[in-house]
Amino acid sequence: MISIVANHWQDLLYGLGQTLLCSILALFFSLIIGSLFAIFEVVPNKFLRIIARVYIEIFRNIPLLVITMFFYVVVPMFFVKVNGFTAGTIGLTIYTSAFIAETVRSGIQSVDPGQMEGARANGMTFSQAMRYVVLPQAFKIVIPPLGNQFINLVKNSSVLAFVAGFDLMYQGNTIASTTFDTLNSYFVVGILYLVITMPLSYYMRYLEKRLD
Amino acid sequence: MQNFINAYSWVNIHYLLEGLWITLEVSAVSIVFSYILGAILGLIRYINVKYLSAIVGFVIDLIRNLPLLLIIFFTYFGLPNIGIRLNPIWSSILAMTIFESAMLAEIIRSGIGAVDPGQMEGARANGLTYWQAMWHIVLPQAQKKMIPTIVSQFISLIKDTSLATIIVLPDLMYHAQIIYGQNSNYILPMFVALAVMYFVVCYMLSILSHYLEKRLA
Repeated sequence: MISIVANHWQDLLYGLGQTLLCSILALFFSLIIGSLFAIFEVVPNKFLRIIARVYIEIFRNIPLLVITMFFYVVVPMFFVKVNGFTAGTIGLTIYTSAFIAETVRSGIQSVDPGQMEGARANGMTFSQAMRYVVLPQAFKIVIPPLGNQFINLVKNSSVLAFVAGFDLMYQGNTIASTTFDTLNSYFVVGILYLVITMPLSYYMRYLEKRLD
Repeated sequence: MQNFINAYSWVNIHYLLEGLWITLEVSAVSIVFSYILGAILGLIRYINVKYLSAIVGFVIDLIRNLPLLLIIFFTYFGLPNIGIRLNPIWSSILAMTIFESAMLAEIIRSGIGAVDPGQMEGARANGLTYWQAMWHIVLPQAQKKMIPTIVSQFISLIKDTSLATIIVLPDLMYHAQIIYGQNSNYILPMFVALAVMYFVVCYMLSILSHYLEKRLA
């Protein structure tokens, strides 16, 4: 194990960086897209609600790998060439945004409807009430589940290994196949994943307890 | 359009369905194994055996925080290093079981915790032993609450099975790759077929899960 770290620490560090970069980019974009669709689901407009429902149901029920491979294999055939990292990040963003939309929607719906009514009664428009009264409260509720989504995102980013995204999993595989020491290579990779996900998951558990 | 008509020949569709069958088979076997293992682990976590529960809890946390893909690689490429050789199907099942039983253990633990403690007290007061009360009173109620969650775990398991294509598990994803590998005109049709097949299976299950949630609540 030590020899693997000693000989390949640069590759591992690069992989760790790519995994983190991909996860953070995907989190950022899927938060925006997810919140947008979550709001679509609660606005009093049937058309937007249907769009949001369809988007969420489709991308929650298709494997991440299929979405990612679609961007890696199909999109370059018809549009632009996409490298593995970009394809993986786009796939992750779309997949995670569907889950985030569900999380945020349930957060919005768990805010007491009286808040919206009160804000409207005080003369705010729907979007003002949403933006200044409901959403801030909803986000507080959904922080722990969103944190768990981020942990899932980090784990799911291993899908980049399928599309040569040079992430941690990909580097680990390369090391495993060059050193033939598969067991220890995967141990090292596992520890590196845990370094990211474990503290996050304990922190989220702590936040959950504090909110209760 | 012609590509689509050619791609969806009976032979290809049949081949895809064969893959879908493997996907479902591997997921179903894994969910059964993980349910059994997860129930044992969840129970150990719940009843708080000294040391043992803490260790089990830590291992569950470790596994839950690892990517499934890593566990799949580990069971297929890692285990032969210590003399355990499994074929792709069994190493996928092993990997899924390890991963999913950790997930289910947490679900089962919180499911048992959600049963009103009065049920246990009432059963004990009526003369049942702890394990009798657990087995006949608490667990059946906990199970009822957990079934929708377990169905949604099954959905994510079906989706995650696609990751095992990397160790040449002949599942739906892999069969589609073989078909479009032979003819690049079939790439788009195959992706559409993949999306539709996975969607239909998973969406039906998620409707089932919603239905059960309403029925059992």
